[in-house]
Amino acid sequence: MVTTLYRIIKYGMKSFFRNGWQSVPTLSVMTLAMFVFLSLMLFNVFTNDVLVSLRDKIDISVYFQQTVSEDDILRVQRSLESLAEVKSVTYVSRDQALAAFRQRHQDDPTITQALDVLGENPLSASLNIKANDPKDFPVIAAYLGGDSLKPMIDQVTYNQNQVVIDRLASIVDTSQRAGIALTVILSIIAILVTLNTIILTIYSTRDEIGVMRLVGAGNKFIRGPYIVQGVLFGVFAAVLAIVIMMPIMYAASPYVRILLPDIDLQGYFYGNMGMLFGYELIFGILLGSVSSVIAVSRYLKL
Amino acid sequence: MISFQNVNKVYGDHLVALENVNFTIKPNEFVSLVGRNGAGKSTIIKLLIGEEKPTKGRIIFGPYEVNKLKPHELSILRRQIGIVFQDFRLLPTKNAYENVAFALEVEGRPQSEIDQFVPQVLDMVGLSHRAYNFPHELSGGEKQRVAIARAMIHRPAVLVADEPTGNLDPINTAEIIKLILKINELGTTVILVTHNKDIVNAIHRRVISVDSGRIIRDEEKGKYILA
Ligand SMILES: Nc1ncnc2c1ncn2[C@@H]1O[C@H](COP(=O)(O)OP(=O)(O)OP(=O)(O)O)[C@@H](O)[C@H]1O
Ligand SMILES: [Mg+2]
Repeated sequence: MVTTLYRIIKYGMKSFFRNGWQSVPTLSVMTLAMFVFLSLMLFNVFTNDVLVSLRDKIDISVYFQQTVSEDDILRVQRSLESLAEVKSVTYVSRDQALAAFRQRHQDDPTITQALDVLGENPLSASLNIKANDPKDFPVIAAYLGGDSLKPMIDQVTYNQNQVVIDRLASIVDTSQRAGIALTVILSIIAILVTLNTIILTIYSTRDEIGVMRLVGAGNKFIRGPYIVQGVLFGVFAAVLAIVIMMPIMYAASPYVRILLPDIDLQGYFYGNMGMLFGYELIFGILLGSVSSVIAVSRYLKL
Repeated sequence: MISFQNVNKVYGDHLVALENVNFTIKPNEFVSLVGRNGAGKSTIIKLLIGEEKPTKGRIIFGPYEVNKLKPHELSILRRQIGIVFQDFRLLPTKNAYENVAFALEVEGRPQSEIDQFVPQVLDMVGLSHRAYNFPHELSGGEKQRVAIARAMIHRPAVLVADEPTGNLDPINTAEIIKLILKINELGTTVILVTHNKDIVNAIHRRVISVDSGRIIRDEEKGKYILA
């Protein structure tokens, strides 16, 4: 049993390496498939990150009347936090608001002077609310418009970039959904093309399979080396796809940064190398071995 | 040990290759199968090893009814038969040594036996010096001798040789026939398909003559006679 297993692995490796140039087409097709898979993984995670960071930028600020006490505001904060739609609520006191305002306009002497002349703090305390999903903002807005809260509130403002962000979010959302569909379709195409290539490769050895059967080789002993070969194709293709991706990430990263300053594509790629390579390996090994099994079984019927 | 019972074989719709073939071969017999080209000799062998299914009739090999075996049972049957194919059927991606070793590997025999027997058998067929050449690098006669080595290395109960000397020069032919007779003496049943009249007449063994798919003559100590 161990002897046979050893022989299966030995022959699988031997035929993989003896094939030499004949392996190139199969390896190329598989590398392409793996590359598509890798790109799709990156695309999906990438759009996901973009979406998350965009969503994070959307918020509602509630400005309270100056007469409302801090305790009351904190009570409102707690009640908001208990809502399922709300992700987080940050309290900005009048002093903090002023400090931030001064900080922002420190280069503008007229404003600083005006503030100094004014003597007292003209700003309101506010609560900054982030939702779990941008779609939930109307619910939160409705809650704020309720009779108990309304008298305390001076003003409710959506983020100034609301409209732009909304539109971007919907673009990212759509592209992510398209990305999943694309992943499924392209993966199926990649699998079919690989399967077909491996079937063709094995087709050329169908006579050999017949001879093996005729001299008494069992199906496992015949199939085994082809599976080993398929696994090797998968491993090599996975490595190649990652290697090809490296310069592409290097080249694309600066452009992405111009578009979305928060996103470090290359950093993401190297930071998640272990996971990406792991998925590539699993996908490659499955693709190679399953294709081989399907391909060989067509010629094992004798 | 081997018996064909009312066997018919029709290829396609109407090419009748065998018609009502009946014979029995006892253990340790040496049988020559003779007949013109296209008489049906190779077909008999294909049916015996389950490469083809009979259209009608039963084929018995020891405890097995060959025409009813499942694929994995067929491979067990085939390990008990050594076959020299008319067209050699070597594995093109393996060298001579590996081709011969393959017959032991399919049985899961240990490496030590392979290291010991393969060189011995290659020496017996006079091919030690070509052990590491691939089939496409070998002459017809050399390929044939690799096929013979592969068929006998695992000491099968039955050796089936379909024209094993077709490509051999007279000296090699004499050597190989001597080897096959020796194997038979050591207890192996032999079925020899041949067009070589001299061999058949010289060895004085049983001869089955086939013509147009029928057995026309079956004689102990027979002669090579075509219809
Ligand atoms: N796979 C096949 N399909 C169709 N016809 C076949 C097939 N194999 C053999 N035949 C036909 O069956 C008949 C018997 O063939 P077979 O190979 O048994 O002859 P043979 O006695 O071995 O001849 P030879 O001495 O030339 O080897 C021939 O007419 C041949 O053309
Ligand atoms: Mg023939």
